[in-house]
Formats: sequence, C-alpha cells, structure tokens
Amino acid sequence: MDLRVEGLSHRYDDLEVLRDINLEINAGEIVCVIGPSGCGKSTLLRLLGGLEQPSEGQVLQVGEPPEGSLNPLTYVFQDFALLPWRSVEGNVSLVLEGHKIPAAEKEARIADVLERTRLSDFRNAVPKQLSGGMKQRVAIARALSVNPAVLLMDEPLSALDSQTRELLMDDLIDLWERERFTSCYITHNLAEAVRLGHKVVVLSRRPGLIREVVEIDMPLKERTLSNPVVAGIQQQLWDMMRKEAQAADVELAG
Amino acid sequence: MADVTAGATPSPSETRPVRFRGGGFLPKPRRIIGFITFAVILLAWELGSRSGVIPALVLPAPSEAWAAFMDLVRSGNLQKHLSASLWRLFLGFTFGSILGLIVGTAIGLNSLARSALAPLVSAIFPIPKIALLPLFIIWFGIGEGSKVATILFGCFFPTVIATYGGIDSVDRALIRMGQSFGLSRVDIIRKIVLPAALPAILSGMRISASISIILLVAAEMIGAEYGIGAYVLLAGNLMSTDQLIAGVAMLSVFGLTVNYLITLAERRFLAWRN
Repeated sequence: MDLRVEGLSHRYDDLEVLRDINLEINAGEIVCVIGPSGCGKSTLLRLLGGLEQPSEGQVLQVGEPPEGSLNPLTYVFQDFALLPWRSVEGNVSLVLEGHKIPAAEKEARIADVLERTRLSDFRNAVPKQLSGGMKQRVAIARALSVNPAVLLMDEPLSALDSQTRELLMDDLIDLWERERFTSCYITHNLAEAVRLGHKVVVLSRRPGLIREVVEIDMPLKERTLSNPVVAGIQQQLWDMMRKEAQAADVELAG
Repeated sequence: MADVTAGATPSPSETRPVRFRGGGFLPKPRRIIGFITFAVILLAWELGSRSGVIPALVLPAPSEAWAAFMDLVRSGNLQKHLSASLWRLFLGFTFGSILGLIVGTAIGLNSLARSALAPLVSAIFPIPKIALLPLFIIWFGIGEGSKVATILFGCFFPTVIATYGGIDSVDRALIRMGQSFGLSRVDIIRKIVLPAALPAILSGMRISASISIILLVAAEMIGAEYGIGAYVLLAGNLMSTDQLIAGVAMLSVFGLTVNYLITLAERRFLAWRN
C-alpha cells in the first residue's frame, strides 16, 4: 500500500504550519522528513495517520493494506507512549484486544513480535524496569503486532542517548532488510535521515513547505558511519538546512 | 595541581576535608516509634489517673474506658452498634463513590457535562452536609435513608473532584496512542484513562472515607437507636466519660482500618508506580 499526499496545507487558527505538501510514500521505502524545529514535521505525521484533519488537501491510501493488517497506519512515538501499569506483553496485547482475533492468534502475534524485537525474555517486565532503548523496542513491537502497511515514526530515537540510538538504528536497518516495511520517518537528526531514508524530504521553516526531496540510492546496509558518500549527502543536507535552522532558532514561539 | 603546590608544602591548616552539607529532608517512617508513642501516652495517662493527678471526672483512665468497652461486649450491644454503623458506612461510601466516579468521569471527558456539572459541584461541595441533614430527614425519613444519604452525599463530591482532576492530568500522549491504534472509545476510557487516573481517585477515596466517618457519627447523633454515634451521644448525655472514650476509640480504629484498606488497594493496584 502506498500513501499519497496531495496539496496538503494546515493552519492552527492564524498560524500557518504547512503549505502545499505533495508527497508520495511508496511501498517498501523509508521516507525521512527533516526540517528545523517548529517546521510542522510532527503535524505532517499526525495528518498522515488521521490524528488531525488538514485544513486543505488530502492524504490518500493507494492500494490495499497487506493481509491481516489490523491497523494499516501505525505510529511509533518519540516518548514511547507505553502504559506504565502494563507489562511488555500487556502493552502489545492492548492494541490486539479490540480486534476479534482468536486467542491463539493473539498469542502468536505477541510471541512473534517480541521475538523479532529480541524482547522475549522481558515479557513480564513493566516499562519502569526497562531502559529507554528497550522501551522504544517495545513500542516498535507493539506497532509491528498489528501488521501495519505504513509505519509512521515520530522522532523515535530522539529521546534516547546517542549510543542507544546507534544500536536501535542498526536494529531498524536489520528489520527493514528482513521485512521491507514502508515508513515515514520524522527526525531532526540528519545522520538518522541519511542512514535510513530512501528519500529525504527537506522542509523549510514555518510555514513548512518542501524545499527539496533527496533520493539516496544506496543499500541501507552499506551506509556506515565512515562512508564518504553518506557523509557527503549529510553535509549537502546540512548546507540546505543551516540558514533555515538559524532563522527558526531566533524566532519567537507562538 | 602538583606543579602549583610544588615547593610550598601546604600547612596543615590549609588542608581540610570538605564539610558534608547534603543529606536530610528524607524522613523515613519507623513503625516501632509510632507504637512507642501510643504506649507512652497511654501509660502516662493511666499513671496520672491512678495517682490522682488527672481527676476521674475530667478524664477517665484508659483502663476504665477498656472496662466500659468490655461491658459493651458482654451486654451484646457492641455487635448491634457496630453492624448498624458499618452497614450505613458501607452503603453510603460505596454508592457515593460509584456515583462520584460516574459523574467525575463524565465531567472529565464530556464538554457538556463539564460545563453543566462542574460549577454545580463546586457550589455544593463546600456545604457541610450535616447542615443538610434536617432536609434529608424530611426527604428520606428519620430512619436509615437520611443517614445513608448524608454519607453518600459527603463521599460523592470529593470523589467527583478527585476523578475529574485525575482524568485531566492523564497524559494525552497515551490517549493519542490509543486512538492511533484504533481502540474504541470505551476501551480508551477503560484501559487507558481510568487506570491512569486511579492514583488520584484512590487519594480522593482516602479523603471521602474520613469524611464519611465524621458524617456517620453526626447522622447517628440525630436520631438513631443503634450505632457508634448513638452510643457516644448517650454516653455524653449521661456524663459517663469512660463509655465516651471507648466509643471515640472505636471511631479511631474505624478510621485506621479504612485507611489501611485503601493503602492495601494502592499497593495492589498501583504497584507499577514503584
């Protein structure tokens, strides 16, 4: 299933946040969206998954979601959004409970995603016992359990320390290599964008409009820290963003 | 640093350990000391009474109050008083809390309910419900009805306020998460909103439990044959201070027990917080 954004604009009262966004998220690719803070990245993501209604334009689902998809557009949040009173297993099970699936299938789905995110040993732990990286892996497991067509990731690594971020990024790359999931990945971190993105969409500062779409035609596996091509693209992106980020930085909030 | 001080050996007066100035401000409960406090006060009181420092008319000795209590046990009236009081407390507290939860949830989640009911609750909450007791007697009769209604009203308002306050402070990110996974509204309320508001709801219950004991006694003092309140009132009228102390001590035990039960509930349902 693809996701197509057509002429999307959004404003909160008088504040224009996004202007005329046109974007295509094709099956099997990761589209990274970067931009200075306050450019409407997160708003764009909320619009994509229907958590907010656009002022103008529309978001279209093209094609059918995969077989057994319980929630085609599924989020992974920056702050994990785990229920602190539920165990790892309980947090995954939460999003399966509302669907009429047999208990055996539910159990199978839980076991499967915990296996895939290497959390099987922590089934009964509660979020408070887990590190930030593990919490985000639980959130990813929860997202995978509904077999999504598109993963909408809102700065999933931003709340983590840099070492954990590296580890989890490797996990995401491995996961993509195995499953070729489709994703829209919001980040302010250029390194994440060039490591994970097949397409990098650069937004301007508010009102956010698309400045540039950079396609990176290199297998994710080869994009190591020391790769000069990757570093080059990252530099190129930073040159594009630098002025915008500076200007956004001195803007008054509100 | 070695370079700087080389050549000039510091005199002993210049080298001193850094003074410790942290710590403190973390009181830890030591259960045994609580018991010792009780024991010391009771002992001093008993000795004071026996030696005549405290006149028996002013304050009877603990042993006399105990004797009055044992009299009550032997006469078989203890059970009547206790069961009458507990039953009223149970009915009033349970239904007051349930209604409070329902109305508090409505105010917490629904704009119309909030606009309509929140001001009403704020207006009625500060009224001492004892002042309304005569009205309740007219409405619900002099029997059980008015007593239960007083307690019910007393519990209702703190529970409403605690519930919607708790719901207001639920992390909206969790609710958005629920919506993003397509959870139904009922499921979001049942599995996300209410569990997250539970700490606030339970501390509200602590308050409403104490209020309901106060109201229980007040209501029983106005026209009840049996009940701890009636027992205390009768003792007061007869100036039998030993019975009065025995009755009041029972009320204190009531309060402690209820508090303990709520602590148990917190330990059971809020274990995830620690």
